[in-house]
Parts: sequence; structure tokens; C-alpha cells
Amino acid sequence: MTSLPTTIQDVFHEPGCARNASKSNVERKNGCTKQLKPGGAAGGCAFDGAKVALQPFTDVAHLVHGPIACEGNSWDNRGSASSGSDLWRRSFTTDMSETDVVFGGEKRLYRAVKEITEKYDPQAIFVYQTCVPAMIGDDIDMVCKAASAKFGKPVIPINAPGFVGSKNLGNKLAGEALLEHVIGTGEPDYTTPYDINIIGEYNLSGEFWQVKPLLDELGIRILSCISGDGKYREVAYSHRAKAAMMVCSKAMINVASKMKQRYGIPFFEGSFYGIEDSSDSLRQIARMLIERGAPAELMERTQALIAREETKAWTAIERFKPRFAGKRVVLITGGVKSWSMVAALQEAGLEIVGTSVKKSTEKDKERIKELMGQHAHMIEDMSPREIYKMLKDAKADIMLSGGKSQFVALKAATPWLDINQERCHAYMGYIGIVKLMEEIEKALYNPIWDQLRQAAPWDEFEWKRQAKTVAQMHAQAADPVRGTNTNGVKTISFSNQSEAGDGESAIAAHGPNLVEPAKPCTNSTARCLACKDIRSGLQPPALQAAE
Amino acid sequence: MAIVTASKKACSVNPLKMSQPIGGSFAFMGLRGAMPLLHGPQGCASFGLTLFVRHFNEAVPMQTTAMSEVATVLGGHENLEQAILNIYNRVKPEIIGINSTGVTETNGDDVEAFIRLIRQKHPQLEKLPLVYVSTPDFKDAFQDGWGKTVARMIEVLVAPVDEARPRDGSRVNVLPGCHLTPGDLDELRTIFEDFGLKPSFLPDIAGSLDGHIPGEFTPTTIGGIGVDEIATMGQAAWTIAIGAQMRRAAEIMQARTGTPFRLFGRLCGLIPNDEFIAFLSQISGRSVPSKYRRQRGQLADAMLDAHFHIGGRKLAIGAEPDLLFDLSSFLHEMGAQVTAAVTTTNAPVLQRVRTEDVLIGDLEDLEELARSRDCNLLMSHSHGRQAASRLNVPFLRVGFPMFDRLGAAHLTTVGYRGTRDLIFDIANLIITDRETNHGPTPDTWPSSAVTCRSIRPSRIEQGEKKHG
Repeated sequence: MTSLPTTIQDVFHEPGCARNASKSNVERKNGCTKQLKPGGAAGGCAFDGAKVALQPFTDVAHLVHGPIACEGNSWDNRGSASSGSDLWRRSFTTDMSETDVVFGGEKRLYRAVKEITEKYDPQAIFVYQTCVPAMIGDDIDMVCKAASAKFGKPVIPINAPGFVGSKNLGNKLAGEALLEHVIGTGEPDYTTPYDINIIGEYNLSGEFWQVKPLLDELGIRILSCISGDGKYREVAYSHRAKAAMMVCSKAMINVASKMKQRYGIPFFEGSFYGIEDSSDSLRQIARMLIERGAPAELMERTQALIAREETKAWTAIERFKPRFAGKRVVLITGGVKSWSMVAALQEAGLEIVGTSVKKSTEKDKERIKELMGQHAHMIEDMSPREIYKMLKDAKADIMLSGGKSQFVALKAATPWLDINQERCHAYMGYIGIVKLMEEIEKALYNPIWDQLRQAAPWDEFEWKRQAKTVAQMHAQAADPVRGTNTNGVKTISFSNQSEAGDGESAIAAHGPNLVEPAKPCTNSTARCLACKDIRSGLQPPALQAAE
Repeated sequence: MAIVTASKKACSVNPLKMSQPIGGSFAFMGLRGAMPLLHGPQGCASFGLTLFVRHFNEAVPMQTTAMSEVATVLGGHENLEQAILNIYNRVKPEIIGINSTGVTETNGDDVEAFIRLIRQKHPQLEKLPLVYVSTPDFKDAFQDGWGKTVARMIEVLVAPVDEARPRDGSRVNVLPGCHLTPGDLDELRTIFEDFGLKPSFLPDIAGSLDGHIPGEFTPTTIGGIGVDEIATMGQAAWTIAIGAQMRRAAEIMQARTGTPFRLFGRLCGLIPNDEFIAFLSQISGRSVPSKYRRQRGQLADAMLDAHFHIGGRKLAIGAEPDLLFDLSSFLHEMGAQVTAAVTTTNAPVLQRVRTEDVLIGDLEDLEELARSRDCNLLMSHSHGRQAASRLNVPFLRVGFPMFDRLGAAHLTTVGYRGTRDLIFDIANLIITDRETNHGPTPDTWPSSAVTCRSIRPSRIEQGEKKHG
């Protein structure tokens, strides 16, 4: 058993990672993750990453050892789908109290494992370490070992307390825990030459089920999926697979590469997003299985299936072409997805005006250039404010991104679609890409956009009427005594509109997209200051109601 | 009087409780131009942020001091300093609201001292209000974090009263508990204004989280009560606190500024609103506007129409103390029986819940109690959805978080009008359940010779006991 710092260093040395390979020695030692900036950080912690990576195991009880924050604030927040047990959706936590912090939480943890075993009798229990018990020195490895021996059930320590690093590091530490404690501890009932592992696929919205029927048709058996719709026993015997596909590029690369080292299972990095990628991935799987001893006719069947599915998908996409002509897309996402969707979007007639490359490797960027030409607009790191401006200036007709940036688009009255993990639609494989086109069409042509971009007619009327009183306002502001005495509600409501120049009130007055009429409000600092003077004296309810 | 007991389990299953620090951050979100800052590892803020975003469907400002393992060993001074400076330089907030977390409390960071040192070193921060509240994760719950934070805001931000200046008779401070929604606050604002009163809500989440569309991207809160307005709250004639969690804040306001307060434990139901409206009429010196006479009539009519459906229902409710007290009392007054009650943290108000026992526990406890006591109406936040589907009983989502339905911000339960709408929601839920799950069949009423089991004698006995 290795210590946590050693494991972390080991994870940073990942040879299978293209991005890592391109780094200098010093950079590599610093790890894969950006140094966290206090007051400017976003994103989850290592515990979050570990939980995200493992929670899709459906028949396991996931027990979080820590104060209520870690689990109470975060449970039941991912849309993985299960074909069987719903145990993974239940939440278990030791909910440490002040007393536990003082006297140690190990006994409570042990009792918690006992309660879960008695009440739910799961296949296994995963125990997640968090910051506070890590600080006070609770030894979860020891407790898990004791509990495992006592209750005759795998109790697996997942040692990734939040403060050791980022979500991505947590993904990898979760992988390490699987490698150390789970993989290779079981044997399958039988094996076939067609057994594969899928690594780093979480079956969000059940999307993997858009692809699985194709594999079934080819006779390819998913021996183990880590971790979407996963079962403990399947992971335990996953080392008997013939080949592996690594899906979510960087999250679990250590699992794939160490399984190659230890068990000789070759792997490739692939994706089922987009038509060409899906076909590529199917071909790769077939190729690898054949190399490992499967009959060569598998490739012929695979090619036939690909041809059939591609024709179907391209035909389905054809009908969107006239609807998408001249429509511009901006794609904000990470890594593989930044190019894996591009081809399909372009084929449907959409113009990609920008794609983010924040998490992409040099190879990813090359692909983007290939697909979008040398002038591809690659967005390195765009602040929300800049994205907002880009959309507000109507430089794109729709944005595809993850949930975090959705309000940037929506509040700029721009169509938006979720293509990251929180989404509620499945977009995988040949069916998924057509579904994505349908969703894009629905979003682009929804009648709400035209309505939302119009200002209320009475607003402009008000504006003209009130503009006449501007001069009067200044006069009053210059003379505070007179100002407060003579100001009626009407003037105050005007001052509210131009208050502080933050634009918010201007928009309240002029609708979300009318930049021009809003300008006189927001730009005139002198007027706003004047209004502020009046404001501090009088606080009519109307003013606060509008805020 | 209810007996309050705490669960003895070592493992909390399906937690009802959320942590104290994010309750504190939530309170800061009701301030204009605010940036809530959690002093702890970045996950603490990230989980909270996700929860708020899913509940409100809004961009939510929240930052973290991003404590790493090493920083935790060395102490959090440097991280706090960097965080404050970064926020100050990047987003120009009007206020930074800081809450501690489990990690920094276990560490024993003296944040007040850190803030003094940071202010000494960086004179540019002189005018920037920094409010710090101690809110360890391993103690208390969401509601407590909110209450403590509002109390601290008053201590730090309300200016001492100028004795020479007369109180503004029309100004009223309103201290709402965290169980009120932006919709509730807007309803209350309208009521106050109809009496000619000028309310200052502290905090005012209706200004920031009501879903309005700001003109440009704003990294801080997009509205809420301003620091300047809070400073003048001491001049108000009255403070009205809503929910027992706000008592301490109201007392501090009174001690600091001499503003008398009146606490309303709840504002859902006929009688509580009668008292509330009467009080407003009294302090404003105005007669009750005809609008409210009509609304009272509408509520009375809703009660008449709905009591057929709600009367006799066995309610299982899981909520934080003030929300639990508010909704269970209202349903009790509609003829329902509060049969299972589970809450997150101890509070004196729990003893006044109209039931036999209140358990400080989790949603597993609530599910078990609901099953064993045959409850047929379930209320909790969205996490209760799994229990509801297993129990197959009508389920009303109340409180925070509500991440699987839209419009959480505008769900209104205060006032005559809010109560009226809530009554209809509950009654319709029950009617739907009856139509879907309890339609009569030829075998619904078997002859007593065939079987007695389906009549469930225990249920009748329990019902009689309650009425007797």
C-alpha cells in the first residue's frame, strides 16, 4: 500500500497522456492541474472527482466519511442511468459532528459500515475520505481493512480528500483505488475473444445505450464498463478483457495504461460523439480484438454495420441542411469534444465560428485546424464576460457548452444547448448525433428569441418622455435640498433606471438585447452620480421593488 | 408539545441536512454587488454553487480561498489575503462575505485577526466591507448558517443611530428566514407598500435571485439590498423578523439601534396572516386596503373547497425547523395530521410543532416513519423524490433545494394569496393521486366476512385517538 503523496506523484507521471508527454520535467512534477488561485478558482475538488468517477457503479454503497457538506450538499446530482440496482442513488455519509472531530471519527465510520451492511447488504462499500477526517488523522485504510474482514465484504478506501487537488486528480485517484483494490480480484464465468472494457464512460442520460446495441449486434461483449451502469463484480474481473476503449479522454487514463502494463490489455482513446468518431471507434475495437485473436471476419461485419449506420445518419442529417444554412455555432467544451463534434455539425451545414481549446492537447488542436482550416477561431481561455459580449454582439447564432456557462448565453438571449455531463438528452453514436441536430434546430427556431429581443413598447415611450426631464434632473441634483424637496416619484423612478451605470437597470428598462437605447443610461456617469445623491435622501418603495 | 429526539445512527442515509457555510453564503447573496467567499478547499464552494445554480437556474456568484493540503498545514492567512485581493481587483465587489468551513475551523484559523492584518497591509481595502462569520460544517445546519450570517451583517454593517435624527415612521426592517423564496419576499414587499410602509429586506434574495435579466455580465450578485441602505436600517420604526431563526438578528438590531421588533414565527395560514395584516395596519395607522379583505375571502373559500381533500391526510414532512413549523402548522390547521416530522437541527420552535415527536434525522428516517405510520402525503425538498416514488404517495417539493422542477424561486406561500395557492397545489396533488392510484374497483369494499385486513384497524384507532 502506497502513501497518498506517492500515489499523486505516480499519477502525474502518466506516460500514456499526450499532454503530459509534451511537458518538461519541471512542469510534469507540478502535476497536470493548474495551481488553484484563491478567489479565482472554479471547479470541484479531488473528492468530487473521485465520487463522479465511481458513483455510476450501481450496486455499490458509496459512503462519504466527513462532515455533512461533502455529501449533504452534493448527492443525487448526476444523471447516470442504471439497468439494475438503484443503490448508487442513495446517499451514505458519517455526517461527522464536533465530537467526532475532537475524538476521531474512525469508530463512527466502522459503525456506519456495519449499519449499511445490515440494512442494505451491498456488493461492496466504497469509503470516500474527505478533508476534515484526513486532517485529524482518521485512518480509513485501516478501518476498511478491519470492516472488510469482519463483515466479509469488500470495503474499499477511496483516498482522495478534496484539498489534495482538482477534480481531474480525483478522477485519477479513484482509478488508482480500483487498480489497487478491485481490478483483478474476481474471475468471470467465461471469456470470449470479443470481450472489451470501456473505461471512463459514465452512461449519462443512458447515452451508452445508444451505442451498446451496435456492439451487441457485432457480438462484442462489454466485459466491464468503468463506471457507467457498472457492477462491482464486473470491474473485479475486468482484467480478463481482450482490449479496452478509453472514452472520456483524460479522466481515467491511468486505469487504461496500468491495465495495459499489468495485464497486457491494449487500449485506444476514442469517442462515440459524432459520426466519424463512432465509426472510427468501432473499427478500432474490431481491429484490436482481431489482433488479440478474434476471427478476421469481425472487421467485415463491422464495416458493413458502419456503412449501414452512416448512410442512415447522413440521410437523417440531410434534412437539416436548409434549416442550418448560414447559422453560426460557437462550441465551448474541452478536449476531444472540441473536434469530435465539429465534422457532424459542419456536414449539417452549420458554420463553426469558434471552439474552445482550453483542455485540448496539441493533437486536438491539429485536428481542429484540419477540420476548420488554418483560420479556425480557437478560444484559449475566454472569460464569461467576453463570451457574453461575443454573443451579445451577435457573432454566433447558438452556443453549445457545459451547464456552467449556460446563463452567459441565455441571458444574452442566445440559443444554447448543453453538451456536457449535466444534460438531459443523450447524444451518443449515430442516433445521438441526429438527436443533437434536432435539438439544435428546435433551439434555433424557437419563437421566443424574436420576442425576447424586442423591448417593451411602453419602455421606449417612457424613455422619450423622461428624456425631457434630464436637464431638470441635473439642476435638481446640483441643489440637493431643493432636489429632495421637490422630487416626486416620477423622477426617482428615472434615477433608478440609470442608477450606478451597471446596465442592469438599463436593461430592465429596455429589454435584454437593445444595446443602443440602453447606452445613454449606462454611459452617463455624471447623471448617475447625480441620481445617487437624490437616492440616498429618498428611498421610495418603487425603487427597491425594481432592484 | 412535541418531543424532540435525535437519531442514534452512525450513518446518515439520504441526508436532509445541508451544511452551515452555504446557508451563510446564501444570506450574502441577498446583498447587492456581493461576492460570497468560502474559506476552505474549493470543493466546498463548488458543491454549494452547483446546488444554488440547480435550484435557481441562475448564475450564482461564489468564490473560494482554495485551501490546499499544504495551505491547511501552514494556516489560511495567505490564501485569504490572495482571495480578497483577487476578488477586489477582478470583480470590484461592494462587499465580500466570508464563511468558514470544516477545514479552516478544524485548523483554528483566526479569520478576524487575518482580516485586520490584511486591512493594515492593503489600505486600498479600507472602504470595502468584509463580513466574516464562523460556520463550521460539523455543527448546526443550513438554516443556522443563514441566521448567524444575518446577525453578523447587522453587527458589522448597520451604523449607530444618530439620536438627534427622528425615526422614519414609515420605514420597516424585514429580516426573512432562509425558508422564504424571492416570490415570498416580493409578495411581502407589495403588502408593505400597500400600507404605505417602506421595507428594507435583509437579506433581499428577491433582488438577486428572482431570475431577472441583467444588462451585462456581472460577476457579483446582480441585485439585493445595498450596503448603504443596510447602514441606515437603525432609523426604521420597526423590525419584523419572519421565522424563529431570525430572533437573534432582530435582538441584535434592537440592542444596537433601539428599533423594536416583532417576530412572526410563520406567515402561511389564515390566522398568522390575520395577525400580520392587523399589525401592519396598526403600525402604519392605515385601515386594511380592500384588496386584502378580498384576498382573505378568497383564502377562506379555498379552505372551504379544499378541506374535503386535505382533512384527515397523514402528513410526513422533512424540513428545516422554521419551514417545518410553518407548513406543518398550516396543514394541521387544514385538518391534516402531522404524523411524521423529521428535521435537520435542534431549535426551540420544534417543540411547538403540532405532533407527538420530531426527529432530528435524515430522509431514510422519514421514509421509514412514513411507511410504518401509513402516511399519505409527503413533503420535503427535492431529495425526497426517491422516497416518494418508493412509497408511492403524493409528494410536494418544499424548501431548498428544488433542482428537479422549475420555478422554485417564485413558489409563494406567504400572505393570504400565497396560502390560497398552496392550498390548491396540495389539494390538486391529492386529487391526482386519488384518480391515479385509488380509483374504486368492485373489490375495493369487500364484505367483512372475506377479510378484515384491508381495513387496517390500527389506522382507525390512531385517527380516533387524535380526535379524542
